[in-house]
Amino acid sequence: MTKTTIPEEEFTYPGSTGCPGCGANLVMRYLLKGLGDRTVLSIPACCWAVMPGYWPSNCLKVPILYTAFEATGAGISGLRAAYDAKGVKDVTVVGFAGDGGTVDIGLQALSGAAERQTDAIYVMYDNEAYMNTGIQRSGATPWGAWTTTTPGGATKNYKHEPKKDIMAIMQAHGIPYAATVSVAHPEDFVKKAQKAKSLKGLRFIHALSPCPPGWRMSPQLTVEVARLAVDTHLFPLYEIDDGRLRITRKGKGTPVKEYLKIQGRFSHLDESQVDSIQKTVDERWAKLLKRESEGA
Amino acid sequence: MRMVMTGNYASAYGAKASRAEVIAAYPITPQTSIVEKLADFVSSGEMNAKYIPVESEHSAMAACIAAETAGARTYTATSSHGLTLMHEVLMWASAARLPIVMTNVSRAMAPPWSVWVDHMDSVAQRDTGWMQFFCESNQEVLDTIIMAYKVCESRGVMLPAMIIEDAFILSHTSEPVDVPDQEIVDSFLPPYNPELKIEPGKAMGFGSLVRPDQYMEFRYKAMQAMRDAHDRFLRVEKEFKQVFGREYGGLLDTYRCDDAEVVLVAAGSTAATAKDVVDAMREKGQPVGLARLRAFRPFPHEEFRALASKVSGMGVLDRSYTFGAAGAFYTEIKASVYSCQKRPVMKNYIAGLGGRDITPKILEKIFEDIQLTAKRGGGDEVEWVDVAGLPRRWR
Repeated sequence: MTKTTIPEEEFTYPGSTGCPGCGANLVMRYLLKGLGDRTVLSIPACCWAVMPGYWPSNCLKVPILYTAFEATGAGISGLRAAYDAKGVKDVTVVGFAGDGGTVDIGLQALSGAAERQTDAIYVMYDNEAYMNTGIQRSGATPWGAWTTTTPGGATKNYKHEPKKDIMAIMQAHGIPYAATVSVAHPEDFVKKAQKAKSLKGLRFIHALSPCPPGWRMSPQLTVEVARLAVDTHLFPLYEIDDGRLRITRKGKGTPVKEYLKIQGRFSHLDESQVDSIQKTVDERWAKLLKRESEGA
Repeated sequence: MRMVMTGNYASAYGAKASRAEVIAAYPITPQTSIVEKLADFVSSGEMNAKYIPVESEHSAMAACIAAETAGARTYTATSSHGLTLMHEVLMWASAARLPIVMTNVSRAMAPPWSVWVDHMDSVAQRDTGWMQFFCESNQEVLDTIIMAYKVCESRGVMLPAMIIEDAFILSHTSEPVDVPDQEIVDSFLPPYNPELKIEPGKAMGFGSLVRPDQYMEFRYKAMQAMRDAHDRFLRVEKEFKQVFGREYGGLLDTYRCDDAEVVLVAAGSTAATAKDVVDAMREKGQPVGLARLRAFRPFPHEEFRALASKVSGMGVLDRSYTFGAAGAFYTEIKASVYSCQKRPVMKNYIAGLGGRDITPKILEKIFEDIQLTAKRGGGDEVEWVDVAGLPRRWR
């Protein structure tokens, strides 16, 4: 039997109430494979606040502290302080929040936790909108996307603003480690989780988390769309380790329209709009390559 | 050891004596000297605690919630806008059954800006499931923190409590305070050891989603806990008296009420002034008394019913106002004594908002007004005291 390239041990039981094809299920699965069973999770309002199942069930093999929507950063600081005060060693404190809970309502507490150098890992699983409440736009929704609060209509009111760059925000805090991960690249994902675990201070992981109902696509496309996000350079995989940027998967440079066309949320975009997105992606990719070569 | 200190330092010494293990706090006037003193205690090594300098009051309470869930005894302090910013997570703390103890230096809400005493901030948290203890002296602040941890952490209670100091009148006024010996506090208050805590290796959910057929039972248990906290508090105070020699009169501290014809109900530092006024009026032969509302939650229903059955008039002084209704103390006390066979004439006095002085002279006039209202058998129910432009003169 061939050896698997990621740890075989599972830390998720069956019973997650996630939708078919949920990317966030895979994010949790690969994350815990990297972090192991000495993990304590703090989860705010988000899909994963309901996915573990109704009380008293828990589909995870690690404990969960549920917190208020905006409180993840404060929650992980409190957990760490308590374990330090009690002399509890060998514990990985993890905040696990969605994009709205991170880049919008939770940004203040996250910034505080980063500035305080809280010894914890913060994972943002990014499905690019408020999906648990039913696909409302967030600060992480990309330009041009349809959501229920950017519904288009006669005024073509789709998302008019670009996605908030949370990796740049976190890098500006001078944290020891930040990385992007994808459910289409489990080996890269698990390696980065393991690396984050080995470090001290606030470590940040940005996981792209495809959402079939929210992205208006078929559930079997989750991994494919995640792979396309990397191959098109729309969601590059990289890490910033002690200030040094390294791209971990270069991707094929597939045209971005291949990524857009399989998602209903972008189906209204015309050719010039797709071209405009392609241009932005190319510019950002060039900038990233430059930063890598400059070591920043 | 006997020392001269402010109410804020009494809070800090109370948290230290109680061996709080995690402190998460954000500065706000006039609470700041509490957290400064605690930072000193931690920095000097006098206090073995982790201090989290959070970026907001919401995060202060959220961090306390997480730390307390992990089994640490926590403390924080806040005031006015800080307390109201915490509102969401105050509900979280009590529903999660976490025995967090917090000082609130009670201060007015803006606008217009005011940093002075007013009970609106505390009263607005009435329904959050926290116990609320109003104090009238710095010694009481320190002692109530120690007692509160013991009450809150009782197996049958497991609810949080806020200790309320009046802004500046207690927070920044120095009085002699006895700081008890640590060994004696340790014998009175054992380490916090909850039945359940979040720890690595134990897969549990704290605050999981429940269905409609599961939710009400959680609330019912919290209701029972708050109800039982009443008697638990009385027992703890009795034990406290045996150990430390001090007590403060239970949940409703009655002063010269036994043979009183009319009484005034007040909370916080005003009650101390009112006790002097009672003494002066008693010397003139006036049978008046003062009932100090020490606990707004749990509410002392039985105490009020017993008192209401004995007097012909009861005035209630609120240092806050519930718009569209009346003072919150008044409406609650009135509702509570409605079931008494013999009920007094009642009247609500709204006074001292935003730090306006409630002088002995004003209190004497309030007592006289209660006497007059009782004699008449009723009158206006709510009167704003000492407000410019109103016909009655109080000064």
